[in-house]
Amino acid sequence: MTRSKEPILSVRNLRVEFPTRRATLVAVDDLSFDIAAGEVLGVVGESGAGKSVTGAAIIRLLEPPGRIAGGEVRLAGQRIDDLALPQLRAIRGRRIGMVFQDPLTSLNPVFRVGEQLVETILQHLDMTDAQARARSIELLAEVGIPAPNERIDAYPHQLSGGMRQRVVLALALSTNPELLIADEPTTALDVSVQAQIITLMKGLCRRHGTAVMLITHDMGVIAEMADRVMVMYAGRMAEIGPVRDVLRAPRHPYTRGLMGSIPSLTGTATRLAQIPGSMPRLTAIPKGCAFNPRCAEVFARCREARPEPIPVGSGAAACWLYAPATQERTP
Amino acid sequence: MTGAPLVVVEDLHRVFDVSKPWLERVFDGTPRQTLTAVAGVSFTIGKRETFALVGESGSGKSTVAKVVVGLLPPSAGTVTIDGISMSDAGQARERRALQRRIQMIFQDPYASLNPRWRADRIIAEPLRAHGLMTDDRQIDDRVGDLLRTVRLDPADGGKYPHEFSGGQRQRIAIARALAANPEFIVCDEPTSALDVSVQAQILNLMRDLQDELGLTYLLISHNLAVVRHMATRIGVLYLGRLVEVAPPSELFARPRHPYTRMLLDAVPDLLTTGRERRPIEGEIPSPIDPPPGCTFHPRCPFANDRCRVESPAPVDFGLSKVACHGVEEGRI
Repeated sequence: MTRSKEPILSVRNLRVEFPTRRATLVAVDDLSFDIAAGEVLGVVGESGAGKSVTGAAIIRLLEPPGRIAGGEVRLAGQRIDDLALPQLRAIRGRRIGMVFQDPLTSLNPVFRVGEQLVETILQHLDMTDAQARARSIELLAEVGIPAPNERIDAYPHQLSGGMRQRVVLALALSTNPELLIADEPTTALDVSVQAQIITLMKGLCRRHGTAVMLITHDMGVIAEMADRVMVMYAGRMAEIGPVRDVLRAPRHPYTRGLMGSIPSLTGTATRLAQIPGSMPRLTAIPKGCAFNPRCAEVFARCREARPEPIPVGSGAAACWLYAPATQERTP
Repeated sequence: MTGAPLVVVEDLHRVFDVSKPWLERVFDGTPRQTLTAVAGVSFTIGKRETFALVGESGSGKSTVAKVVVGLLPPSAGTVTIDGISMSDAGQARERRALQRRIQMIFQDPYASLNPRWRADRIIAEPLRAHGLMTDDRQIDDRVGDLLRTVRLDPADGGKYPHEFSGGQRQRIAIARALAANPEFIVCDEPTSALDVSVQAQILNLMRDLQDELGLTYLLISHNLAVVRHMATRIGVLYLGRLVEVAPPSELFARPRHPYTRMLLDAVPDLLTTGRERRPIEGEIPSPIDPPPGCTFHPRCPFANDRCRVESPAPVDFGLSKVACHGVEEGRI
């Protein structure tokens, strides 16, 4: 791979464990993916799929006792999963920005919006107080906050939910990071405000060339914003590929089931497709393919061996259906 | 719809007092403050129908649900279910009998089930509370049947809520709602806390139960796709007012009210990826101090002087009912 094409984020064989007294939960298992500069990678999955844990592991904000048990994470070629905390802090917030679901938990309720922006900017960038304040007003204007000169002195509770998420976005982008990790950035918002925030995020990241890891359970948000999508199931990658291809022609049986279960605004189906059963507990992930007990197309090999992502079409699917030699599909 | 409607809601208003405490008001010299959650909502629900209310947060949809089941008294207006008023003191005896026939399913199956009770006790509670059954054997049989009805194993009755997944808990909540053989179930965001694949299971179950048991639903949701999938008629709420009521086929093919149009425009479409959305301008205003005239006028691209002063009344347009001056005047 040439230097210029080096991805901004590169995750290889990542494994995250939560040791508990009874058993060790494997929340993320052998996960590898890249995000290129300026690319938006959507990470989608249901509760317990490991999508948020993956995001938290990259910035090393795992809730204890969670720990990275294997693999490596590289930011623009530099390994960051084994950095000491002081060096990591210089990256977190500076080169990797973060946006979480609930804007109220990301903002400190007792400080004015401006103070929080100025603090972040001074922490990471070489600026005077006056410059930082001017930059903050610029940022607030950029994220579409009306009258930023006045709103900079507002407390978070004086702003609406949508406005708060705009402030969080301004905070995350204040240091011009190379990578933005957005974990369910629009889940707490109403559809109309959600549409505003997505349009804004998309525009900002495109303009600044920021790579985005967009974690969400909402396929609609992925469809609107992402370039590529990674579907996760039980801590593993089920499928990855360009958004259009994955949504229109999903390859992995799990993705197909997931797409079928979403009620649509245009379809005519009277019954939604159902995936039988439920997500396995992380202490009891089935042998072989994690999806095999719920899969309609299961055959012997699925119960024995775990499939690696296999290139198919424009993407890849971790499913034995796409293995070159599937002559022995004994049920 | 066949015959007389089961539920009739007429000119429903609900106002909450959100004033500061008396002493603080005296010191600050501030007046009382009220929040109008519901302002003049009227609709009917026929037997075996699914009537859905959609709206964003603060639109008053949950307040309507609570008033309809009698958990909150209306500030003005009436709710009549099967001819019995939910607020008339003269009909208290009839209302007690009616209560059994109305049940509710809530959003969060983690909060709506008592964590210290086993599933069978949770499901049997309405039977005991309404005095429908007293014999323990009989109750056990009924609980077993109910668990089977919601596609769970009767043996699951001995488990505590924490031993179930979110979807299974919602099934238990449904089994509890069904225990007293209700006719009318109010579902307040029944699948909002669930994953999509689990949501599909619960929505399918709700439809099957409606067919099997002849249920009537009032479905409250913020999710337009869910509502389109489930409802026979949809009411769109904005700041406590019904701006449009129409069957799904009509509402999604020919949305008339500018707010409905914007709402539909804002929903991400899975198939046209890369389409630029036209986001709705602004946010829903505070119900403490709603705009005069049509409450949507500050965000409406078609607003004129009349919209700013005069509140529009609902008018029939074919299958739809729309409260908008612009639509009425034919300029939208």
